[in-house]
Amino acid sequence: MTETDVQLYQKRVPIYPRSVKGRFRRLKWGILTLAYGVYFLLPWLPWDRVAGPQQAVSFDIHGRRFYLFDLTVHAQDIFWLAGFLVIGAFLLFFVTGIAGRVFCGYFCFQTLWTDVYILIERLVQGERPARIRLDKQPWGGGKLLKKGTTHLLWLLVAFLTGLSFTLYWGYAPELFTGFFTGQAPFPAYATTLFLTATTYVMAGLAREQVCTYMCPYARFQGAMFDRDTLIVAYDEARGEGSAGRHKVAKGLKTREERQTQGVGDCIDCGYCVQVCPTGIDIRNGMQYQCISCALCIDACDTIMDSMEWPRGLIKYTSDKAQHGEKTRLLKGKTIGYGVILLSAATALIVSMLNQVPLDISVSQVRQPLYVRLSDGRIQNSYEIKLNNKADLSYEVRLDVSGLGGAELDLGQLEHIVLHPDQRLQLFVKVRMRPHANQPEKKDFYFVVEPVGAGDIPQVKWPSVFYHPDD
Amino acid sequence: MTMSEANKQQGAVQTTGHSWDGDLQEFNNPLPTWWLWGFYLTVIFAVIYWVIYPAWPVGESYTKGVANTITYTVNGEERTTHWNTRALLMKEMQSGQDAQKMQAYMEKVAAASYDDILADEEMLAFTRAVAKGLFGDNCAACHGSGGAGVMGLFPNLVDDAWLWGGTVEQIETTLTEGRHGFMPAFGRSLDDGQIDAVAHYVLSLSGHEVDGDMAQRGMQIFNGKEGGCFYCHTQAGTGLESQGAANLTDSIWTVANVPGQDSLEGKLAEVREVVENGIERVMPAWDERLSDNEIKLLTVYVHELGGGQ
Repeated sequence: MTETDVQLYQKRVPIYPRSVKGRFRRLKWGILTLAYGVYFLLPWLPWDRVAGPQQAVSFDIHGRRFYLFDLTVHAQDIFWLAGFLVIGAFLLFFVTGIAGRVFCGYFCFQTLWTDVYILIERLVQGERPARIRLDKQPWGGGKLLKKGTTHLLWLLVAFLTGLSFTLYWGYAPELFTGFFTGQAPFPAYATTLFLTATTYVMAGLAREQVCTYMCPYARFQGAMFDRDTLIVAYDEARGEGSAGRHKVAKGLKTREERQTQGVGDCIDCGYCVQVCPTGIDIRNGMQYQCISCALCIDACDTIMDSMEWPRGLIKYTSDKAQHGEKTRLLKGKTIGYGVILLSAATALIVSMLNQVPLDISVSQVRQPLYVRLSDGRIQNSYEIKLNNKADLSYEVRLDVSGLGGAELDLGQLEHIVLHPDQRLQLFVKVRMRPHANQPEKKDFYFVVEPVGAGDIPQVKWPSVFYHPDD
Repeated sequence: MTMSEANKQQGAVQTTGHSWDGDLQEFNNPLPTWWLWGFYLTVIFAVIYWVIYPAWPVGESYTKGVANTITYTVNGEERTTHWNTRALLMKEMQSGQDAQKMQAYMEKVAAASYDDILADEEMLAFTRAVAKGLFGDNCAACHGSGGAGVMGLFPNLVDDAWLWGGTVEQIETTLTEGRHGFMPAFGRSLDDGQIDAVAHYVLSLSGHEVDGDMAQRGMQIFNGKEGGCFYCHTQAGTGLESQGAANLTDSIWTVANVPGQDSLEGKLAEVREVVENGIERVMPAWDERLSDNEIKLLTVYVHELGGGQ
C-alpha cells in the first residue's frame, strides 16, 4: 500500500443483509410485531376517565399531566422519573451482565425500525445478490422505479412513525383528522416532520452506523461484560479444526473425511456474514459492532441442518463456556444489580400506589415569627399551599389540631374551593392565648378536610407555633 | 470493491505506508465521510448564526447580527433593538402568553370590590403574590419585609392594632394620602412629677400594677386641662383613629417599648420619655408613586397581614 492510497475519511461500506429463517428470526419478528402493535395502536385505545382525555395513554404537556391508564402523573411527581430512569439503567446493567446485548439485538428502536426497512428493501428490490446487482447497474428506468418505491415506502413508514408519536401528545382521533385538515397545532406538524426525517435517516440511511458510531451504549457495554456474559460466538475449535475451515469439496464432504484431514466444521459458505445487519464476520471473534441479534446463529444452524451436522457452530455462549469452564450466572455483580433493581421498582410502585390526590405544604411566616395582639394573644402566620391532583372540584375545610385553645383566622374566606389541578396559596393566621410555663414552641398539625370529594382522605401537615420568650 | 472494503473483509487495517524500524507501521483508521460533512455543516451553521445573531466582540462593541430585531414599548414609547435576551424578556413581559394571562387577572382584580377580593381565595392568592413584590419595593424599607415595623419609628402592620384604622377604606386612605402623626412634647408644660404621674396612669390603663395615688394624680392631669391628653386619647384612653392616637388600654405599644422592659421602673421610664418629648411620625403619600390598582393590591395585602377590621 502506498501513501497515495491514504484517505482521511472512509466511505460507508454498503451492507446488503440476506434474509434468513430460524428460531431467532421468528423471535425477532414476534417482538417486532408486538412492539409495532403497541406503538402504533396504543394512542387509539380508549379509556374511561371522569376528567381528562378518553385515551388510555396521553401526555398532556399543556395541562402538565401524563395519563397512563388509571394513573395520572402530575408535575409534582417528577421524581418518579428519577425512579424510572434508575430502573431503566439498572435493568440494562442487569440484563447486559447476564445476557449481553439482547437489548440491542431485539428491543432497540434502531434495530426494530432498520429490520422493517430492510424487509421493505428486500420486498421491492429482491434478495441480497439482486440488490448488489441493482446498485452496480447504471441508472435507468427500472432502477429508478425500484429505488424510488423503496424510498417512498421508507418515507411512508417514517411518516406513520412520526405521526403516531405525535398522537400520544393529544387526543388521537381529533389530532389525526386535524392533522390532515390543517387544524393541528404547529408543534404537531414540527414533531411529525422531525420524527419522519430522523426515522428515515436513521433506519433508512444510517442504519448500522448509528450502532457503531453514534450509540454510546455500544461503547460502554464492555464495562458490563464479564466472562460469564452470554455472547454470540463462533466455536473456533470446532469450526476451524487443526487445518482451518474449508469449503465443501471433493474428499471434504462428510464430517469423517474432514476430521481425518483436520478440517473443521465451518464450510466457509459466508452465510453468517451475509445475514449480519452490521456487516461483520462473527468468526473473527467478539466485536463491538455485534448487536447480538443472533441472525448468524440462524444462518449457521440452517447450514448445519442441511449438512445434517449438529447445530451450534455459532451459538449463544460465554467466554468461560468457550474455554471449557462452567458459566456462573449468580454472582455478586448480578445480585447487586438485582437488589438495586428490585428496591427501585418497589419504591416506585409503593410511591405510585400512595399517590395523594390532595397535596398540602405549610411554611411558617418567619418575619416576624410571632406577634402580640391587642388583647394579649399571640399570633403566628402561615402560608399554605394546596394542590388538587384529583379530577373533580371540591371544597376544603381547614383546621388546626393539637393546639388547645387556638383560633384559626381565614379572614373573610368562607368557602375554599379547589378546582381540578388547581394550586392555591392561602395566608392564614393562628391565634392563641399564652399561659404560664409554656414551651417556646409547640408542634401542631394543620388538617385539610375535603368536603364532597368522595373518598379523598383528609391530609395532615406538621407545623410549629412560636411563643414569645417571657 | 474499495480499498477499505477489501481491508475490512480481510480483517486488516489500512496503513499510511509509513514504517519505522522495519515493522513499526502507522495505521490509518479513517472516520466516515458523513462525519466530515457533519463538521462542515457546523461551520456553515456558525457562519449563519454569526450573520443573524450577536456573535463576535469587536473592540468595545460587537457584531449585532442583521434582520432579527425586537420591538417593545417602554412607557408607551416603541423601541427597536437588535436581538438580545434582555429585549426578548421585555417583549415577553408585555406580550407573552403568561404576561397576558397576568394582565387579564390584574384587570379582574381591578374591577372587583374589596369585599369580593377578600372573600375569593383565588383573587386573594393572586393579590398576595403580586403585592408581596410591591410591598418589598415600596414599604419594606420602613416597615420591614415582613411588616413588623420598628418600635418607636414605624408601626407594626402585623398586629391587629391600627393607629389610623384597619378597614380597607382607612388603609387605602393611609396609602394614598399618607399620614402625619403628632404628639406634642409635654416637657415644657408639665413638671417631672406630673409627667411621672401621667406615666403611672397610662401604665395602669393597660392593666399594669402601679402606685394607686400616683395613678389617681395622673388621671386628673390626663383628663384635665393641665395635660389634656384626653383630647386625642379619649377619656377612656382608647385613642382616636382620626388623630392617629394610640389606644393606651391594649397590650400594643408602638412608641414606648413597654413590653421590652422587665421592671416596672423601666416601663415607666419608657412612657415618661414619650410624654416628655412627644412624637412626630410621617408616612408619605403614595398616590403619585403608585397606580390606583397597585394601591388597591397593597391595601388588601396590608389588611390581610395583621387581620384588618
